[in-house]
Amino acid sequence: MDQFLQHLVNAVILGGTYALLGIGLTLIFGIMRVVNFAHGELYAFGAYTVYLVAAALGLDFFLGLAVAVIAGALLGALIEITLLRPLRTDDIDTVMLVMIGAWIVMQNTELMVWGGVAKAIVTPFPDTPLVIGPVSLSWLRVFVLLVALVLIVGSYLLIHRTKLGKAMRATFQDRDTAALMGVNIKGIYTATFAIGSGLAAAAGALLGPVFLVTPTMGDLASLKAFAIVILGGLGNITGATIGGFILALVEELGAGYVSSGYRDAMGFLIIIAVLLFKPTGLFARAERVG
Amino acid sequence: MKRALPVFWLVLLLTVPLWLRDQYLLHTLITTGIFTIAAMSLNLLLGYTGQLSLGHVAFFGIGAYASALTTLGFDVELFAGFRVVHQPWPAIVGFFVAIVVAGVSGYMIGRLSFKVRGAYFVIVTISFAEVTRLVALNWVELTQGPLALTNIPPFTLGFPGLGTYTLWNKVAYYYFVLAAGLGAYVVISRLVGSRIGRAMIALKNNESLASSVGIDVTRYLVLAAVVSAAVAGGAGSLYAHYLKIIDPDIFLFVYTVTMVIMVITGGKGTLAGPIVGGIIFGFLPVIVRDFAAPAMQWILYGALMIVIVFVLPQGVVPAVEHWVTNRARRKLAATILAGTAKPGDGR
Repeated sequence: MDQFLQHLVNAVILGGTYALLGIGLTLIFGIMRVVNFAHGELYAFGAYTVYLVAAALGLDFFLGLAVAVIAGALLGALIEITLLRPLRTDDIDTVMLVMIGAWIVMQNTELMVWGGVAKAIVTPFPDTPLVIGPVSLSWLRVFVLLVALVLIVGSYLLIHRTKLGKAMRATFQDRDTAALMGVNIKGIYTATFAIGSGLAAAAGALLGPVFLVTPTMGDLASLKAFAIVILGGLGNITGATIGGFILALVEELGAGYVSSGYRDAMGFLIIIAVLLFKPTGLFARAERVG
Repeated sequence: MKRALPVFWLVLLLTVPLWLRDQYLLHTLITTGIFTIAAMSLNLLLGYTGQLSLGHVAFFGIGAYASALTTLGFDVELFAGFRVVHQPWPAIVGFFVAIVVAGVSGYMIGRLSFKVRGAYFVIVTISFAEVTRLVALNWVELTQGPLALTNIPPFTLGFPGLGTYTLWNKVAYYYFVLAAGLGAYVVISRLVGSRIGRAMIALKNNESLASSVGIDVTRYLVLAAVVSAAVAGGAGSLYAHYLKIIDPDIFLFVYTVTMVIMVITGGKGTLAGPIVGGIIFGFLPVIVRDFAAPAMQWILYGALMIVIVFVLPQGVVPAVEHWVTNRARRKLAATILAGTAKPGDGR
């Protein structure tokens, strides 16, 4: 039972960052309909940026987090303007191929710049864990969860309460009408991709210090993000948030009680099961097949 | 001229070991051939039915493991004391077992995956491939996990009345891969040229229209998946017995990406496309390895893929065909204008 509580707490902490990954991708994949294979690379990019600022340059860790999110958003904007904007009218498969190309280029650039050896990021948090009853957790993980929750609430407010969020929702509901109403369509596409990328970079920046930073860390992150989006329903931010926590819980319990080797298989089994039995996601909203 | 061209290529391919003495190039040619077969099988799904399967490496890997395990034998406990013991069989039997096992997996995964389309199909296929990779990594009793299956014996061919011949050297493997490639080419070209192939193309172009004229969409998609998976499984078997060692990394997503790049670059939906793409990407490492590290090579591939999508969205083969027909037309137009030919000549 004590173990169960510990697993539950671990899942909640991991779930916060998974939710960030999922929200970022639900904006890009769910709303823009871009099958973004580079999503995990922006996650890795965030982690490496923190490493660059905090470890390689020896500057402040918190500054590194902020730089990672902003740099991730800027990189996202650059990708959108150079690669996606010219292909807006092309079909989903063409765009997918371009994103696979971008993914390969980004991952191998990381490999060339940083080498294949995993990097550890040292944080200013104390090493002694926080012990509450039977559960023990590190201060770093508590901080990660808090920042993730702030960003989740922030993106929810951004989409549902601000003028930019309204313009985004309008654009993806009906592009032409939104344009007629004076919405800057091009700007909205770039902004959406940049926000999604920034969130992925934030997730990487937060989890990088918890685990290790490697050039291939983005591969699983991409696929997990797809699992979360499919679980939560396309373009559904609340769904992506809950999906993130569910995936973390399933992984954590699966690793704890079934087999740690199959930990990463849980996400894929969720994808397969959801798409085959409830293809609209657990929190149904839009059509799925076709 | 049109008839002479395939004969020319065939003679060229058949005589390669006679004039190519460089063992490294011959090795590259063999692995290129194996991946070209895999790319041809992917093209059947991607190019002819229009379904982008990004889990194709699963069939390649399943074929490799099925063949290796048939040849090496295994002894696993399935559940509560129930053991499955298999004594080693000849390698060539493994090759056919690989084709059958991969085909059956193609049937099962196809039946499930074709319930969804587009991006969801892509993601389901990736998920299947990743699950197979994790099984290969974790079912250590069967697959040896990351320790890899080693000492996979080479193929031995039996000729009635002539005795047996074991494929010990590269030249022998070259001919075996070439024969397998020709076999795969014939199967795929016969299939796409038939009524079944036309049905596949019809449902690629407009699925709802195709089903409204009575084409059983799922049946044809699953059929394409079975043939495609079986051919990929055969290629996987060749790979396993040629390299003599396989580990779970065979299921890595980069191999699927390699096949996709080959098909897209050469031209999806054309018979020659995967072959041209396969040769380009098979030999690119040979050309660039002197000045580019592996990471740099991959950056080059990724960039090339983006450029191809932007510049030659149909691929190299259709672009060349287009250029050739245009040139022929211009020539004809010029001769008509000069008064030496009537309209209708050269049709």
